[in-house]
Amino acid sequence: MTLPATMRRVLPQLVALLVILALNTAIAPGFLDVAFANGRLYGSLIDILNRGAPVALLAIGMTLVIATRGIDLSVGAVMAIAGAVAAALITTGQPLAVTLVATLGAGALCGLWNGALVAFLGIQPIIATLILMVAGRGIAQLITEGIILTFNDPGLVFVGSGTVLGVPFPIILWVVIGLCVSLLFRVTALGLLVEAIGVNRRASTLAGIGTSALLLAVYAASGLCAAVAGVVAAADIMGADANNAGLWLELDAILAVVVGGNSLMGGRFSIAGSLIGAMIIQSVNTGILLAGFPPEFNLVIKAAIIVVILVVQSPASHTLSAYFRHRPGAAQDRSAGAVRAAGKTGSAGKEAVR
Amino acid sequence: MAASEPLLRAEGISKDFLGVTALSGVDFDLAAGEIHALVGENGAGKSTLIKILTGAYRRDAGRIVLSGEPISPSDVMEAQSLGIGTVYQEVNLLPNLTVAENLFLGREPKRFGLIDRRAANRRSREILAQYGLSIDVSAQLSAYSVAVRQIVAIARAVDLSGKVLILDEPTASLDAAEVSRLFAILEDLKARGLGIVFITHFFDQVYRIADRVTILRNGHKVATRPLAGLERLELVSMMLGRELKEEESHRAPAGEAGERPVVARFRGVGKRGRIAPFDLDLRAGEVVGVAGLLGSGRTETAELMFGIAQPDEGRVEVDGRPAGFASPRDAIAEGFGFCPEDRKQDGIIDDLSVRENIVLALQARRGWTKPLSRKEQEAIADRYIAALDIRTSDREKPIKFLSGGNQQKVILARWLATDPRLLILDEPTRGIDVGAHAEIIRLIGELRERGMSLLVISSELEEIVAYATRVRILADRRHAGELDAGAISADAIMRAIAAGERHGDGQGRAAEIMQEGAA
Repeated sequence: MTLPATMRRVLPQLVALLVILALNTAIAPGFLDVAFANGRLYGSLIDILNRGAPVALLAIGMTLVIATRGIDLSVGAVMAIAGAVAAALITTGQPLAVTLVATLGAGALCGLWNGALVAFLGIQPIIATLILMVAGRGIAQLITEGIILTFNDPGLVFVGSGTVLGVPFPIILWVVIGLCVSLLFRVTALGLLVEAIGVNRRASTLAGIGTSALLLAVYAASGLCAAVAGVVAAADIMGADANNAGLWLELDAILAVVVGGNSLMGGRFSIAGSLIGAMIIQSVNTGILLAGFPPEFNLVIKAAIIVVILVVQSPASHTLSAYFRHRPGAAQDRSAGAVRAAGKTGSAGKEAVR
Repeated sequence: MAASEPLLRAEGISKDFLGVTALSGVDFDLAAGEIHALVGENGAGKSTLIKILTGAYRRDAGRIVLSGEPISPSDVMEAQSLGIGTVYQEVNLLPNLTVAENLFLGREPKRFGLIDRRAANRRSREILAQYGLSIDVSAQLSAYSVAVRQIVAIARAVDLSGKVLILDEPTASLDAAEVSRLFAILEDLKARGLGIVFITHFFDQVYRIADRVTILRNGHKVATRPLAGLERLELVSMMLGRELKEEESHRAPAGEAGERPVVARFRGVGKRGRIAPFDLDLRAGEVVGVAGLLGSGRTETAELMFGIAQPDEGRVEVDGRPAGFASPRDAIAEGFGFCPEDRKQDGIIDDLSVRENIVLALQARRGWTKPLSRKEQEAIADRYIAALDIRTSDREKPIKFLSGGNQQKVILARWLATDPRLLILDEPTRGIDVGAHAEIIRLIGELRERGMSLLVISSELEEIVAYATRVRILADRRHAGELDAGAISADAIMRAIAAGERHGDGQGRAAEIMQEGAA
């Protein structure tokens, strides 16, 4: 019963994703091929799911923060901290379990710091999290003592490049965490309470919602997600690079949330939408590589495609599509309009790529 | 005071905002050497009138004549150069500049094309000396108290304009000594022939300083009267828009309040600068009305009772047990509910649906781990949509699309769903249509009969008379008295408010009046 509603909500994002995948297929004929070799699935699609894991993980936490009308700029830096903590512990001979728990704890602590600044001191989220965004990389460098700290503990490496039944482990991580967090917020009342805070924090407090505790929890969740992403990124290269791990990924994560149809003004949110948004971004990245553009074009083309997606989602274009919808003979259903809007994304996106 | 031709005359000033009339045909005049108070409840049109006089708004109709010349200032600068200066409550100066820089901002004395700092400082000292202020004018303005800043602002306005000085609630953040100092300066300016318009909510200040008073209500001018010989009671009645009448017996049943169990007991609860300590017992099955002018401490009382603000003294008991509310959450846990005055800011969650808005407080009290199922939510929403006759096409409609009256009913439903024992309603009928108004008043009666304890704050005296079993009178940020069931009438409430606003012996007077009422 809730499934159709959820599907309807993310339909525009799904269509946009499919259009971009179709474009990629047009550019690179073998794009959809998936092969199984050496006990692992291979192919561009698998690559997108796998490479997109860090941004997808970040987007899960970011969605919750943005739903409270906040933003978390520190997630990239928290990734670096998490990578550094994991590498430092594992190279000093700590068991894998201790390493992972401590790393996640460090991420949660970073999130709690952000949450405390926002919830108790009333600092604007963009400023509050900017502090850790700047300081975090420094902290990570202190932990790694300024070098790229490499490790080869098979357990830790598995997080980045292991497979389960042929599926790369990072994919399993973001899909499972995404599902669990979605369920947690939809099965309990957390979703409603978080949305209420995002729309009107003062009124929510007056209605008896423990807004401070919830804000803390949400930022802590974002820190946790960033820590997981940080471990994945470090394990992937078998080293903690304090300078480059997660660099600018906070912006990709915010983009994924917004492309996923979530409003920066807070309120209604969809984690599924954000995850699809993360995959859209990764698909665009992969597509640009496959198309063989000179690398200097990549960022510009990516920006153009994102702009098109955002324009299609903007209130102005909703007004426009509402106008077309209400002409005689036009379909009345809202989702039909949404499909058409998403369709437009595709064609416009095509123009942008060519 | 009155010269033959007034210094400033405004005739038939009207102003609409998007079809809502803010001012309608208001006349106003100010003589040289006069202090003229402007009073009225919120939304009466005081600030609109001021903003038109100072050029911040354009009038839709009417005429303004200054010193015999018709004027039409198109912005504040123009009004200033014509001679009309304004000082706002939150002083409109730049705290990060020096006192001298503030005084001469935009008109700095120049020497060889550069700012002559020395001349500016010297002239600043001269100007401020006229106000009995000798301070370091090269220090940052932020180094000084609000009172000093206020004087600097007045000095700047007078120096710039020189004919008319408009003061918008200048005393709101001053203490008694500072107010006296300010008033001495105003007397001095008055003697120098300035015309001064003075906006305030404090009656004793009106009587202390002003020569005449103009009362505005709902965008209309009620009257302009010399203060000499004007009864406080008459002033209050003009502000609240009620004629003095003898009749009006009280309609709500008296009830045997003494026998009903006390739900909540407040003893000496107060917060400095907000509301003086008060005692209040709230019993099951009674409606305590709270009456008082704007700024008398009505909302502050509610905020202390609901844990929105924390008292710095006093104690609270619920069911005879000591209780303390660190947040609304604690108050709700004790079975309290609160419908705030500012429905848009503090009440509705505008993007969420009617259903979600209704279940919100109940869900928050249950905690996030015990969600109401969708079915339960729908059942609760449907029950209250029917019971309160909430007009909405769909329970899933975002609440922002509902009318004010229906939004208010949703907020009421939100609290009723928690089955509260004590419900605090702050201006429950403000800004809602007539039909919903009557329904909410009826509902208050029903809830009382069902044994709920209610505290209702309202500016509508008739309304309070209709539902209250007791009336608390607030004046000047303190609880000035109480009217018992038998003594409640709009007249009695008004008299008690007027008595309470009287400087000094308010408590005694209010008590006296109540005795008269009871007799």
